[in-house]
Amino acid sequence: MNRLLVIVIGILLTIAFCWTGIVFSSYVQLGGLEHYEDEATGEFYPPPRAGIAQRGQKVYQELGCVYCHSQQVRRPGYGSDQDRDWGERQSVSRDYIGDRTILLGVRRIGPDLMTVGERQTSRDWYHRHLYDPRINTEGSAMPSYRFLYEERRIEGEPSGRALDLPEGHRPSDGYEIVPTSRAEALVEYLLSLRLDYDLPEVPTE
Amino acid sequence: MSDSSSNPDYTKQGAAASGAIDRSMRAPVVLFAAAGVFWLLVGTLLALITSFKLHTPGFLGNWEWLTYGRVRPAYTTVFLYGWATNAGLAVGFWIMARLSRNVLQRGTILNTAAVFWNVGVLVGVAGIFFGDLTAREWLEMPGYAAPILMFAYVLIALWVVLTFQYRNSKYTYVSQWYLLAALFWFPAIFGTAQLMAVYAPARGVLQEVVGWWFAHNLYALWLTPIGLASVYYLLPKILGKPVHSYYLTSVAFWSYLVFAGWAGMHYLAGGPVPAWIISAGVTGALLVLFPVFIIGINHHRAMAGSFGMLRTSPALRFTYFAAVAFTTVSVVAAIAAFRGVKEIVHFTYFTDGLMQWGVYAWFTMAMFGALYYLLPRVLQRAWPSPTLISLHFWTSAAGIGLYVFAMCVGGWIQGLQMNNPEAYPEFVDITRNTLPWLVMASLGGLLLFVAHVAFAIHCLWLLLRPETAENRSMLTAEPKTMKVAAK
Repeated sequence: MNRLLVIVIGILLTIAFCWTGIVFSSYVQLGGLEHYEDEATGEFYPPPRAGIAQRGQKVYQELGCVYCHSQQVRRPGYGSDQDRDWGERQSVSRDYIGDRTILLGVRRIGPDLMTVGERQTSRDWYHRHLYDPRINTEGSAMPSYRFLYEERRIEGEPSGRALDLPEGHRPSDGYEIVPTSRAEALVEYLLSLRLDYDLPEVPTE
Repeated sequence: MSDSSSNPDYTKQGAAASGAIDRSMRAPVVLFAAAGVFWLLVGTLLALITSFKLHTPGFLGNWEWLTYGRVRPAYTTVFLYGWATNAGLAVGFWIMARLSRNVLQRGTILNTAAVFWNVGVLVGVAGIFFGDLTAREWLEMPGYAAPILMFAYVLIALWVVLTFQYRNSKYTYVSQWYLLAALFWFPAIFGTAQLMAVYAPARGVLQEVVGWWFAHNLYALWLTPIGLASVYYLLPKILGKPVHSYYLTSVAFWSYLVFAGWAGMHYLAGGPVPAWIISAGVTGALLVLFPVFIIGINHHRAMAGSFGMLRTSPALRFTYFAAVAFTTVSVVAAIAAFRGVKEIVHFTYFTDGLMQWGVYAWFTMAMFGALYYLLPRVLQRAWPSPTLISLHFWTSAAGIGLYVFAMCVGGWIQGLQMNNPEAYPEFVDITRNTLPWLVMASLGGLLLFVAHVAFAIHCLWLLLRPETAENRSMLTAEPKTMKVAAK
């Protein structure tokens, strides 16, 4: 093993072996996944996300939500995902093909969000939670995303979009807290996180 | 390398030539090492903020750029690409030049590469703070930083290949094999990941497969081979005895390269990917133990009977700490990949504990050891303060020990609670129960901060110290050098 060429060819072979085995094989299996068309209704699954929700996903990525929240439901009997009501079925590869960026996550410092749009349907709840997580959840470890909200003086009529905050969290009189467009997009994205459709490859009990 | 008498560095003539090589390497080694130490300080600060935020979510919470989801990726990026890679390159270049018996040629290539690499890291980290992060673990830098890094890397690779190709020694050494392996693996994984996870994200979960393939291999086939090159070079050199069994060493090298690249897929355990991918990961994590054991036998047999030298040689102390961490982290990682264990530790702080066990207790400590050995030789002056070295060693050893212990044990408990929805129906309670462990981890982080400040001050002191004859004379003999410095 004294020659550069021999060593380099050997090293390149180990790279090729691993690359083919994992990257290329996965590409062959997953790269061509298509939406599933329900013949009866003509609907495509997973359903496409609305434009504002797609913008919200960008906010989710920019704020690094993935460092504390996963987006995957594991099969029954492995972990406790379904016992915690994080989804009625496991998530599969096809559930993810509609998005540009996939953030499965490897940490659950907060709960899984794969089906959070089914569990929480109130926009107000999300805005309160992002504004100050301790309002909804006593003892939450989530940081506040107050910078996604604007505190402004009420000019004439209060805004219809202003946050409905409990005592002790309200701004001073004559002021209101209004979500920025990024906060609104983020909430639409979270609301769009649902697994309320079936795919043929998902095993049923 | 199997026989110390065949190592020209051990002859009188070799010693003189080593000095010439060391002196010639001064500019690039100091450039990369100084950049590394600078990023180490920045990274430690960001790591502390990250750690505090976990148990005090309001800490520095009013600015978007300082939110947890920004500081954390900034810290990993600074640590991996700023500190670990700069330090690894400084050490790698020096070992390559010494073993190739080449006085530095075409040093401009390396100096230019140092500038571009660090500008690339700076652009990447700034991009993360501005919100352009990819949010893909260990690949967080925005896509526009990658071309700068790649340009720097081409220069680096060019220099290493030229230095190796035009070497003046009859032999090649195991450290050189590992350095060449790292040299070719990095562009393969970085290029693939940039292409398939950043520039043109692959369809669906495929980008997660590529992402974790990259992240694991950045550790397993970029940092680890550089660390192994350093340990394989320094242990025999400091101890003055050869590595056991040339044949086994080459078996370990090739089998490590074949198996290690597969082991990262356990990060997707239970997830929405085909089951064979996870199985491949578990198999890889298990098979890699074969070379790990051989490497461990190499290292630990070399140490046998020489433990007394740990007291006198700081370079050896750091290096052997790292070698022990490499063996243990590989074994624990293999155990943690198993289905039953993974079910408990997945999605918990255990993951972070294990990552730091590998990246810090193993790789970073190996780099500290190497820098303690090579910087005085390259600069031709001895370390000024044994006290600072001791402070650095004990605070970093205790700090990383405390951090890994807190995260692994706390993560294990967290996992048991997460899997027990009857006893712990409220998720927020589980997160709250991790608080004492997170505070303990932060204390570990504070110790590491002290360690790194001590190291940085010492490096600066060494750099500014005059190069005197008395200073230099401490460096003529090996391995007594370190004894002098440690007294």
